[in-house]
Amino acid sequence: MMDYLIPVLLLLASLLALHRKENAYNLLLDGAAEGLRLLATILPALIMLLTAVHMLRASGAMEQISKFLTPVFRHIGIPPETAMLVLVRPISGSAALAVGADLMRQYGVDSPVGRTAAIMLGSTETTFYTISVYFGAAGIHKTRYAIPAALLADLTGFVVASLTCRLFY
Amino acid sequence: MVMSWIWTGILCISLIFSIFEGRGSELAGAIISGSQAGITLAISMGGAVCLWTGVGKLMEHSGIAQFLAKCLRPLLHRVFPDSKTDKTLAGHLSANICANFLGLGNAATPMGIQAVTQMRDPKRPKYATDQMCRLIVLNTASIQLIPSNVAAVRASLGCTTPFDILPAVWVTSLCSAGLGLLAAILLGRVCKA
Repeated sequence: MMDYLIPVLLLLASLLALHRKENAYNLLLDGAAEGLRLLATILPALIMLLTAVHMLRASGAMEQISKFLTPVFRHIGIPPETAMLVLVRPISGSAALAVGADLMRQYGVDSPVGRTAAIMLGSTETTFYTISVYFGAAGIHKTRYAIPAALLADLTGFVVASLTCRLFY
Repeated sequence: MVMSWIWTGILCISLIFSIFEGRGSELAGAIISGSQAGITLAISMGGAVCLWTGVGKLMEHSGIAQFLAKCLRPLLHRVFPDSKTDKTLAGHLSANICANFLGLGNAATPMGIQAVTQMRDPKRPKYATDQMCRLIVLNTASIQLIPSNVAAVRASLGCTTPFDILPAVWVTSLCSAGLGLLAAILLGRVCKA
């Protein structure tokens, strides 16, 4: 069932676009060109941040940070290896991608840690960025409880990601 | 500026730790391997990323998003009471949520900003209203049908079933959105503006 979700979605989008007399193929090409520009904009950040992540790991700092946070993470059921990802996820999207990709590579994409990292990346957002864009553009200065509520949602995401990874796979 | 401090901080921490742990040569090697890993990752996930931005564009023009938005209306009225009376606000809100659901970040953000602008309290235009906070929570919980970027990373690292995380991602997003929303509603009652 799941395997057909993506191909069927592709076909459905193409058929609906054709039905609306849209040039489906050209839309795909336009979108892919946008994707290339997107890649070009995140590439410099990805290079710098992966360099930083590799340095942290090679120096042994990453291990110490994880070790330091292990009791807390164990307590709430999140694998301590993902500590770095949990810390950067709300702040920077490209840093989270760099850390997450590094975790998947180091522990294996289908390992519990790699999979948890992937689920975390897929089910959370760059919270502070989103808040600053939405409220910044609308001129909202008093954010009231938006940040704590959004961070609580993030924390729930991290915990449930670890849980679903253990239960589903 | 924040990133400059983070970057410099990481360099400091790495250097100090490598001196204490005697891992100087590993650190120097990591600078080269890390930068190469950056470009390798971008290239190996690039194809899937471009395909999905293409499909995203197609979905934007195919009417799927508009159809979903229509289905979402009844649910919307419960979370955002203002949308019952304000039809354009309802349109922006549902467009924002549906675009996010389909992974169309470019389409979602302008709609979200418009919705926030429309929800401003005329008496206190700089205050976040309860409904704004709910929209923020829904946006940061990232309810997404196909997390294509993560799938692209997984595939680039040799995973043959990059989409097998989907059920877990859905359950996780729904839980975090649900709890975040609940927290927002409760906090809204506790701290009246």
